[in-house]
Amino acid sequence: MNIIVCVKRIPKTAEADIFIEKDNKDIKKDNLVFALNDWDGYAVREAVLLKEKFEGEVIVLTVGPDESKEVLTRCLAMGADRAIRIEEPIPNDGRLIAETLAKVIQTGPFDLILTGVQAEDDGWGQVGVALAQILGIPHASIVTHIHIEGGKAKVRRELEGGLEELLEIKLPAVLTIQTGINEPKYVSLAAILEAEDKETKEMTLEEIGFSPREPLDATIDQVSFPPTGKRAEILKGTPDEVVGQLTEIIKRKKGS
Amino acid sequence: MSDIFILVEHRQGKIRDITYEIFGLAESLANQQGTSFTAVLLGHDVKSFADDLSRRAPKVLVIEDENLEHFNSVLYQKTLSSLISKYQPSLLLMGHSAFGMDLAPSLSVEKDFPLVTDCIGLTFEEGKLKATRSIYGGKVNASVSLRESKGYIATLRPGIFPPKMHGEIKGRIVMEASPLEGGVDVKKFIEYIEAPITGEDITQAEILVSIGQGIGGPEHIPMFEELAIRLGGTISCSRPVVDRNWLPKERQVGISGKTVKPKIYLAIGISGAFQHVTAMQGSDTIIAINKDPRAPIFSVADYGIVDDFQNVIPILKEKISDMK
Ligand SMILES: Cc1cc2nc3c(=O)[nH]c(=O)nc-3n(C[C@H](O)[C@H](O)[C@H](O)COP(=O)(O)OP(=O)(O)OC[C@H]3O[C@@H](n4cnc5c(N)ncnc54)[C@H](O)[C@@H]3O)c2cc1C
Repeated sequence: MNIIVCVKRIPKTAEADIFIEKDNKDIKKDNLVFALNDWDGYAVREAVLLKEKFEGEVIVLTVGPDESKEVLTRCLAMGADRAIRIEEPIPNDGRLIAETLAKVIQTGPFDLILTGVQAEDDGWGQVGVALAQILGIPHASIVTHIHIEGGKAKVRRELEGGLEELLEIKLPAVLTIQTGINEPKYVSLAAILEAEDKETKEMTLEEIGFSPREPLDATIDQVSFPPTGKRAEILKGTPDEVVGQLTEIIKRKKGS
Repeated sequence: MSDIFILVEHRQGKIRDITYEIFGLAESLANQQGTSFTAVLLGHDVKSFADDLSRRAPKVLVIEDENLEHFNSVLYQKTLSSLISKYQPSLLLMGHSAFGMDLAPSLSVEKDFPLVTDCIGLTFEEGKLKATRSIYGGKVNASVSLRESKGYIATLRPGIFPPKMHGEIKGRIVMEASPLEGGVDVKKFIEYIEAPITGEDITQAEILVSIGQGIGGPEHIPMFEELAIRLGGTISCSRPVVDRNWLPKERQVGISGKTVKPKIYLAIGISGAFQHVTAMQGSDTIIAINKDPRAPIFSVADYGIVDDFQNVIPILKEKISDMK
């Protein structure tokens, strides 16, 4: 079973101070820590688990700048066999990325393609499902369980409110993976060192014979901080004072 | 300009709230463009929905087919594709939900309509669609322009647009023939799987001590459990806490977990992603503890503490036991 996993390197913003670039087109990235997109980590792990069961090869694929190599190395350390990076400085348009991925994927045999449900940074949730359509194969999004049997996959999709649906999908297919589908495995330093010896192929859009259509489907005109609107009343003082106020609020609201 | 289409989302015999939220936006976009909007209802035995919808939309297009009983993106896509060819809507709107996320991207490729997902604002400027999206975990908004096109697809974030109530109007209901010739093998719906009913029911709690990824690891959970007990409340959490097996699924608050409305919701180390917020913003009082002053949770909270939880929770635990 040959599995391709499409991954993205993203900046971690949840705990970081955010600044906006002078041209207002994006946030400043040089002070941020980058990592493998959380959803993609689950997808790589799932591919490796499937490979352990059915044998075959796990290939990780990314469209991104030179620095994305570090997340490919991480995926290789997680158990992927080889990696491919397509050079593309600012991969913002989901349609463009899906088309680029398709161009590479079409050159070899595969049984299954996994992506994350969405990327943590811009949350479009578009690439996996668009990719399936370009390749002309079926898809299921927000997948929380995969059971493969005889050229088909029984998959669970997450709906709302704890409800799920069970589907049967013919392979090859694209599945977009939801967090929590498996238990992430600790990646050792030894595994990372070993991963550096695995094959990573790098190609440009020209080399894969793809020239993006102009204009792109979507372009960012500007980014800005959200309007403040309603804001919480921030409790001020030493931790002791703050907790004193908090206790009063809790007492009051609890009784009401 | 041609109509704006709204895809009606329904499941297990009920129209989902997001549909009504889309109606309000569709109406204002249609007014802005001097055009009208149409609700598109696909399903099996859904005539009763059509009545309800016709009191909110000037036109309801209905396709009945037993193969459309449960949502299946392949069959929905085929059906919509033929409706789009026939009516050429300028914009198709649907929810950014498990339904829209499975359908919009593939339909957009098939029709070559630019797609914008998870919108919190939408407008036409000189015939081109522009959207506002919330990115980087809600810390930044982006204005996005789509290229010129005869049609667009957009998915809307749930819980942002006010729902449209029944109006005075009595819209036209138009039945269309189904373009489907049976089902498909490539993708088959088998069944729904309900969440198991187990253990603690967090929806009944008056006080929730809710923890997020920001607590760093499971080693702190006993401290929060102790706090919850002292407050006479219950512990709940955001999704990553469940994904990492720190707490069981039944504790998860959010779009894919439970919707809660306690008297007090204490959010600790939770950033405030919309998938979380839509399911707790109905709480009477929301208190957030987060070390990041820019965390989006502070725009839904009533009270906030900007600090590391480790500086606050141990003291709070002590003070609360004094309180009793
Ligand atoms: C289809 C789908 C369904 C989803 N369903 C749900 C759902 O039902 N429920 C849900 O919650 N999410 C859901 N999500 C995930 C959601 O998008 C977010 O990823 C998630 O809510 C983030 O959880 P968090 O706030 O705990 O973590 P993060 O976003 O990582 O935030 C952690 C926060 O903790 C703060 N912090 C860090 N350290 C400290 C400290 N020492 N003291 C104080 N604060 C600290 C940080 O500043 C940050 O704000 C869903 C996503 C998708 C795509």
